[in-house]
Amino acid sequence: MLKAKVYVTIKQSVLDPQGVAVQGALHSMGFHEVGSVRIGKYMELQLDTEDRFEAEARVKAMCEKLLANTVVEDYRFELEG
Amino acid sequence: MKFAVLVFPGSNCDIDCYKAVEDTLGEPVDYVWHTATDLSAYDCILVPGGFSYGDYLRCGAISRFAPVMAEVAKAAEAGKFVLGICNGFQILTEAGLLPGTLRRNMSLKFRCHDTLLRVENNGNPFTKEYALGEEINIPIAHGEGNYYCDETTLAKLQANGQIIFRYVNNPNGSLDDIAGISNERGNVVGMMPHPERAVSSLLGSEDGKKMFTSILKTWRDQHESASVR
Repeated sequence: MLKAKVYVTIKQSVLDPQGVAVQGALHSMGFHEVGSVRIGKYMELQLDTEDRFEAEARVKAMCEKLLANTVVEDYRFELEG
Repeated sequence: MKFAVLVFPGSNCDIDCYKAVEDTLGEPVDYVWHTATDLSAYDCILVPGGFSYGDYLRCGAISRFAPVMAEVAKAAEAGKFVLGICNGFQILTEAGLLPGTLRRNMSLKFRCHDTLLRVENNGNPFTKEYALGEEINIPIAHGEGNYYCDETTLAKLQANGQIIFRYVNNPNGSLDDIAGISNERGNVVGMMPHPERAVSSLLGSEDGKKMFTSILKTWRDQHESASVR
């Protein structure tokens, strides 16, 4: 069994309205050191395989096809186990 | 002219679309479940609004893999008419049948109110009966209607007349005030506002009617010229 940890975030070039709102809230709470805030998604996938090489290719395909919308989102993932 | 209204788990404007066709045009219309694998009987496919699959992951991300969507792609390829409204627009972009995507509204609020749209292209099969530049009152109801595409795509949309409607007062932060677009060929249209909710003065506006009468007229013109030959 392998575990894939997938992170999906809005591209740097695209405005993230939630991130801007959270940044504003942090500033108003006195956390002035906060620069930009990007809000994303975190997913954990249990994979029924031991083949890391194959898992790498298949998780990439999952991200491209479904988990991220590459028009506005970037993704990265780690394999564990 | 035969219409299909697709129904996904979580669609909630399917009845409005069905009634709009029935009451405005009196043409045959069927509900078609998301598992259907044959749309060959239909001339126009309406992809209605709602929250298909609970908007899980992203709006439209899961619905686009429903079996019926492969048939929608075939119908679009064959030149049949496809109109995606609200969640239907989101599904069509996720499916790659229309460019770009719909982001969270800039205000982070679900916006549900009347909006003024300007008809930017009245050469499209769905807008023939409007005047160019006509301002029409059509309601919106969405949390993710903020249209986005990259600069190259935007330039293409502008150059090809694929921007069909713009907001007069942008309610959601959409790029270039875009409210509705078409594919390059013009037979697939997606829009966030709801023309099917604006087909009777009792509903507050009947400015959406012409979208339905336009598509029927386009189809009849094609059909009649074909039968003359």
